[in-house]
Amino acid sequence: MRPLDLDYMLGLVPVLLKYVPLTLAMASVAMVFALLLASLMAIVRVMRVPLLDGFTQIFISFFRGTPLLVQLFLFYYGLPQVFSFLTAINGVTAAIMGITLHFAAYMAESIRAAILGVDRSQWEAARSVGMTTSQMMRRIILPQAARIAAPTLVNYFVDIIKSTSLAFTLGVTELMGAAQKEAAGSFLYFEAFILVAIVYWVIVEALTVVQRQLEARLGKAVAR
Amino acid sequence: MISVKGLTKHFGANTVLDGIDLDIRSGERVAIIGPSGTGKSTLLRSLNFLERPDEGTITIGPVTVDARRAGSADELALRRQTSFVFQNYALFANKTARDNIAEGLITVRGWEKARAHARAEEILATIGLADKAQSYPAALSGGQQQRVGIGRAMAAEAEIMLIDEPTSALDPEWVDEVLQLLKRIADARQTMLIVTHEMQFARDIADRILFMDGGKIVEQGPPDTMFTEPRDPRTRAFLRKVL
Repeated sequence: MRPLDLDYMLGLVPVLLKYVPLTLAMASVAMVFALLLASLMAIVRVMRVPLLDGFTQIFISFFRGTPLLVQLFLFYYGLPQVFSFLTAINGVTAAIMGITLHFAAYMAESIRAAILGVDRSQWEAARSVGMTTSQMMRRIILPQAARIAAPTLVNYFVDIIKSTSLAFTLGVTELMGAAQKEAAGSFLYFEAFILVAIVYWVIVEALTVVQRQLEARLGKAVAR
Repeated sequence: MISVKGLTKHFGANTVLDGIDLDIRSGERVAIIGPSGTGKSTLLRSLNFLERPDEGTITIGPVTVDARRAGSADELALRRQTSFVFQNYALFANKTARDNIAEGLITVRGWEKARAHARAEEILATIGLADKAQSYPAALSGGQQQRVGIGRAMAAEAEIMLIDEPTSALDPEWVDEVLQLLKRIADARQTMLIVTHEMQFARDIADRILFMDGGKIVEQGPPDTMFTEPRDPRTRAFLRKVL
C-alpha cells in the first residue's frame, strides 16, 4: 500500500470547492422545476384529468423505467440529430432538463401518494364549506400533502445533487468533471476521487441537518 | 325553504335512499332518528352533494338542482346554501381554530382577511373558545374541536345547517357542552336538519321528528306525538329500544 499524497489532496480542496456552486445551482434549478412539474402531474393523476392523465402515466412510466444516464445521452447526443433546433443546447442545460424530467416522474408519484394520504375528512370539509376544487387543493390539501411528502422530497433533492455528477458525461466540467480532469493529469485517482466523494458527502450531510430542522418546524404546527 | 323530491341513492345493488320527499320551512328544526344504516347520514350528505344522489331534485333557498343533470357549478351553488357539521369534526388540520372559522368567509364569500378574522373571533367568543383562537385542532379536546366545527358552520350563515351525529364521536364528558351550543343555535331559529342518537336532545330542540328506516321516511310528527304515541310498528320498536 502506498501512502496518500496528502499535500496533493490539500491543494485540490480549493480547486474542487470552486465547482460546488455550479453543482448546487444545477441541482436547485432541477429541483424547482421537478417540483413544479411533479405537483402538476400529481394533481392530474389524482383528479384523473381525461387525456392528460394517460399522457402523464406514460411519461412517468418512461422516465422511471429507463436509466438517467440513457436519458441524458438521449437528450444531449440523440435528440439534436432529430430536432435541429436542439443543436444549440449546452451540456449544463441538457443535464438540468434530463434530471428535471427524471426526478419529476419519481416525485409525482410521491406527491400523489401524499395527496391521497390527506384524510378524507379534509376533502369533505373543504367541499362542505363550498370551496372550488382549486381552492381546496391550494389551501387545504396541498399544504397537508407537502408536510407528508417533505422528508421524501428532501431525499430526492439529495439524489439530484449526486446525479448532477452524471453531467460530466455530457462534457460539463462540474464537481465530478473537475475531479476527473485533475486525476487524469496527476494520475492520483484515489486522492482525487476520495476527495470529491467527501465533498458530496459533506454537502448532503449539511442538507440533512436542514431537513431535520424543517421537519421539526412542520411537525410542531400540526402534530397529529 | 327547503324542498326535496324523489331523492334516491344506490350504493351498488343497495338502495340507501328510496325516493325521499321532504319540505322544511325556514326556521324549522328537524331531527332525524332511526336505526343505523337506514340512510340518515346519506340523506344529509346528499343534500349538499358530499354523496351524489342518483335521482331527485333538491331546492334550498334560491337554488334548485336536479340530481341527474347536476354539474360542478350546481354542486357548488347548493353547498353555498348549506353548512355542515361532521360527526368526526373534520376541522382543517393545517389551520388554527380562528382560521377554520374564517376560511370559508375568505375563500367562499370573498371577505377581506381582517374582517373574516374579526368575525371568526366573535364566533369563538360566542362558543366559549376565545382563548383558543391560535390553537391547532390537534391541541383541542374533542368537545372543543366539535364546537369549532359548529362555529365554522355558523360563520356560513347558510339557509340550512346540516348536522351529522354531532356527539357520536365524543367522549361522554364532552357531549353536554356540544349539545348546549347546538341548543342555543336552535333557539335562535337557525333552520337545521340534524341526525342524532340523543333522543332527549331531539325532543328538546326539534319542531319535527323524522323516523327513517330502509331508506324511507316511515313516520314524522312533532316530538310530543312521535315519542308518546308513534303509529308505525317500526317506530314503536325502535323507540322501545332507545328510550
